[in-house]
Amino acid sequence: MTGLRNAEGPVVFTRVGFVRGLRMSLPLVLGLIPFGLVAGVAGQGVGLSLGEITFMSAAVYAGAAQLVALGVWGHPVDLFAVTFAAFVVNLRLALMGPVLAPWLNRLSGWRLYLSLFMMVDHSWALSVKEMNSGYRDSAMFLGCGVSLFVFWVITTALGHLLGTQLQPPQGHPLFFAALAAFISILVMMWRGLGDLMPWAVAGVVSVLVAQIMPGSFWYIVAGALAGSVAGGVRDHRRTQRKPGA
Amino acid sequence: MTQDWWHFDPDNLAAIVLMALATFACRAGGYVLFRQITPSPLIRAILSYIPGTLFVSFVIPAMLKGGLQSMVGAAATVAAMIATRNISAGIGAGVLAAWAVYLFK
Repeated sequence: MTGLRNAEGPVVFTRVGFVRGLRMSLPLVLGLIPFGLVAGVAGQGVGLSLGEITFMSAAVYAGAAQLVALGVWGHPVDLFAVTFAAFVVNLRLALMGPVLAPWLNRLSGWRLYLSLFMMVDHSWALSVKEMNSGYRDSAMFLGCGVSLFVFWVITTALGHLLGTQLQPPQGHPLFFAALAAFISILVMMWRGLGDLMPWAVAGVVSVLVAQIMPGSFWYIVAGALAGSVAGGVRDHRRTQRKPGA
Repeated sequence: MTQDWWHFDPDNLAAIVLMALATFACRAGGYVLFRQITPSPLIRAILSYIPGTLFVSFVIPAMLKGGLQSMVGAAATVAAMIATRNISAGIGAGVLAAWAVYLFK
């Protein structure tokens, strides 16, 4: 184990690293259980079968994107809306992969693409921490992702069964769980007062667009775009004005 | 009642496959692309706000649409999250508060 902590040594991909990833991610599973249940209940609520929601969790494997898509799921489903929702919500993943380049650049073929497929926020954060502390076994990243994947698929299926058992009518408070999940993430995401203006812009624009274009999902895109451009441009101007700061 | 657990609707199936492709494009495409080119500081600054503003834009209209029940639930979720920093507690408190409004309305 100590040999693998040598920052100068080559990056490897071994069973030992994989198993270490499996074990290290177990505490994170506890945080994932409520999301999986909520996504399963939401899927049941919009009329997806157990097979469909299980397939979605296994093929998409992105909780926030699934919840947003299920929030705009209709009959028939708007293919563009849900695909676009998945893309926008997961854009952050595009910026996360390159951070692990010292590990990923040494992989190719199924090892690389399976590792990327299994990348979620928690497995990424844990792996970046390990990589920066000099750990050299990149299979750990895959191990983390796989254990979270297994629990994600199982808990969404359980959530669907729960929804089927309870048969909650539309407007039932149980469906508020999906919204509560997002509000909880938002509280965790809050970085300080700098977020206030962009978040307020997003809130106002999304409410306005939802009024103008009811029944579409564009309010989510419009709000996110307006808020993040407002915040990004402000921060960019600040750093340009104060090059020493 | 019987339910067809393993029914696959063609529309739903197509939607799920497209979502999966879009998501994998972000995971793998981002790594392949940004390994070669680095996005400008302005683009990075804008992207850093995407997750938060996106969730806000999803939550606020849905909360207003859900009426008093959702607003009380949201307040309870925020309070529980600030107190515990635990997502299960946040979801639990929100659902219970929304349920209380639902029952006594």
